[in-house]
Amino acid sequence: MTALLEIRGLKAEIDGRQILNGLDLIVNKGEIHAIMGPNGAGKSTLSYVLSGKPGYEITGGEVSFNGEDLLAMDPDERAAKGLFLAFQYPLEIPGVATLTFLRTALNAQRKKRGEEELSSPDVLKRVRELAKQLSIDPEMLKRPLNVGFSGGEKKRNETLQMALLEPKLCVLDETDSGLDIDALRIVADGVNRLRAADRGMIVITHYQRLLDYIVPDVVHVLSAGRIVKTGGKELALELEATGYAQYQSEAA
Amino acid sequence: MNAEIRPVKTAAEIGLADLFAASCASLPGGRNIETVRRGAFERFVAQGLPHSRVEAWRYTDLRRLVRDAKPLASRPDATAKEAAGIATAAFANLGFRRLLIVNGAFVPELSDLADLEPGVSIRATVNGLDADDADGVLDGGDDVATALNTAFAADGVIIAIDPGVVVTRPIHLAFVTTAATPAAMFTRSSLKIGAGAGVTLIETHEGPDRSDYQVNTALRTIVGDGARLDHVKVTSEGGAALHIATLQAEIGAEAVYSEFGLVTGGAVVRNQLFLKLAGEGTIANVHQASLLAGRQHADITLTVDHVAAGSQSREVFKAVVDDEARAVFQGKITVRQGAQQTDARMMARALLLSDEAVANCKPELEIFADDVQCGHGTTTGALDDQLKFYLMARGIPEKEAEALLIQAFVGEVIDAIARDDLREALSGRMLDWLKGRE
Repeated sequence: MTALLEIRGLKAEIDGRQILNGLDLIVNKGEIHAIMGPNGAGKSTLSYVLSGKPGYEITGGEVSFNGEDLLAMDPDERAAKGLFLAFQYPLEIPGVATLTFLRTALNAQRKKRGEEELSSPDVLKRVRELAKQLSIDPEMLKRPLNVGFSGGEKKRNETLQMALLEPKLCVLDETDSGLDIDALRIVADGVNRLRAADRGMIVITHYQRLLDYIVPDVVHVLSAGRIVKTGGKELALELEATGYAQYQSEAA
Repeated sequence: MNAEIRPVKTAAEIGLADLFAASCASLPGGRNIETVRRGAFERFVAQGLPHSRVEAWRYTDLRRLVRDAKPLASRPDATAKEAAGIATAAFANLGFRRLLIVNGAFVPELSDLADLEPGVSIRATVNGLDADDADGVLDGGDDVATALNTAFAADGVIIAIDPGVVVTRPIHLAFVTTAATPAAMFTRSSLKIGAGAGVTLIETHEGPDRSDYQVNTALRTIVGDGARLDHVKVTSEGGAALHIATLQAEIGAEAVYSEFGLVTGGAVVRNQLFLKLAGEGTIANVHQASLLAGRQHADITLTVDHVAAGSQSREVFKAVVDDEARAVFQGKITVRQGAQQTDARMMARALLLSDEAVANCKPELEIFADDVQCGHGTTTGALDDQLKFYLMARGIPEKEAEALLIQAFVGEVIDAIARDDLREALSGRMLDWLKGRE
């Protein structure tokens, strides 16, 4: 069986600084992988490299997504193939209504996949249902994307996008940052509803707390741009108790 | 030594002098009009075509940009009229009262003059000129572009709205150039709105792409006390055209004037607006958008003169500049000594889509009163790569992501248009321009 995501020896740098240093990772369908690690380990870089953010130079290794060369694709192509990055800091786009953005994104992906585009009322209906599940005020959908949204609202909006676009692989970059406990629960419930046998997830987090709500199958420790330890969900608890110090010295 | 050095006359200046000498006697009007024309042309000769050392024309050097003088357009024949009627589809389905001006001449038989609202009068400028009535037809305007316009103006439309008459059906002045041989068109129009009256006036200017025709058009408007004018001007001339437009507005007390300008076409465009907020409590809102590509040059020059107390003005200018195009915005707010409690704000923003694109923004404040709120700002930048990546990461292709961000950038000024039908039509124009980029 082809893995959903297969990363082999991935090396990447930005502005001449090497951040990823021979990273290996395999994610199969139906699995949730947590990636934990200290600040500066390369967690966010991994999410950006996977989603194709400009500015990162790939200096080694390969990434295959459902058997296809992910690194050869533009960011929009990766999204259409089913990769979704939930941003740590979702951006504000003044002048673009949230609903317009959602419709444009959904139909752009469908078009690229050769599927029929959905009418505005159809999109609205779907979005309304999802907004209700995520306790998002429908009025917010008329407002410019993320403009004036609280931290929690932005993360709920990311989760809504993810649910609407139905990706094959979700990459959640520090989804818990800036969330209070109520917002965290709403977002986590939203993510858990997306758990499915044909969908994989990578949950990137600094703290174990998020993993109480989104329970992973596998936990990896990322340090100095490589996976240095892999274990079950109990590894997260262990890290919470001991901290990352031992892995940092190991890597150094 | 203090001798003034007169620059050598350019081919265009010599051509204009020859043209005036040859055509002055045959231009419409009697002795009064001819005197006014000669006076205006002398003012032009004294200054010559403006160049970059003339502050008001700093970024639009007509000595360099105008190569030659074109012959004056002849009045349109049947073929030209027919072509114009077909050519201009702009806003045709919105039910506006369309008045057609073809190659600089008002064509009543192709204009919608039926069922004129009581209190509204519309006539051709040429009628006023033929009646030798200089006042109210050729008055006003000292600047060089208006002087040239006065010297050569052959036709246009004169509209008057009686006090208290609120015209609900917009009036659309459709200026269409069909000239196969490049020609010069000088039009002069006038709009007088009585106290408490109101109207929406739309101007569109369009013409063929391959012809380097020249347009000099002027509109003088007097907005009475408590009156309302919504003026929309769409400059979408052909790709080789020169377009110089002057709007002179005198706006009365408690009147509301709102201006929207969109520039998408023309090789060289100069839209100058001189607004005088003449009474107390006047409100003026000016929104401008220039969408430029290729080697287009579009200059919006605006002066807002706050004369009396308690008036308010807002000016927002947005330019999207691609390829090697250049957008110019010069805005000057003057607050006279007596104009206390003036509230005036001006903002110019340019979005540069290529490394060779240029934006020149020059906002100015000149304040002689001591109890006012005035401000101005200007920004120039490229599309935000972070925002673009965010959109692309959701599956939106690069060009579409850019279009969405450009739309968002221009949206602020388009949203200021009061009428839904006009706003949608102008949004459509913007989308057409964006499609042209793909």
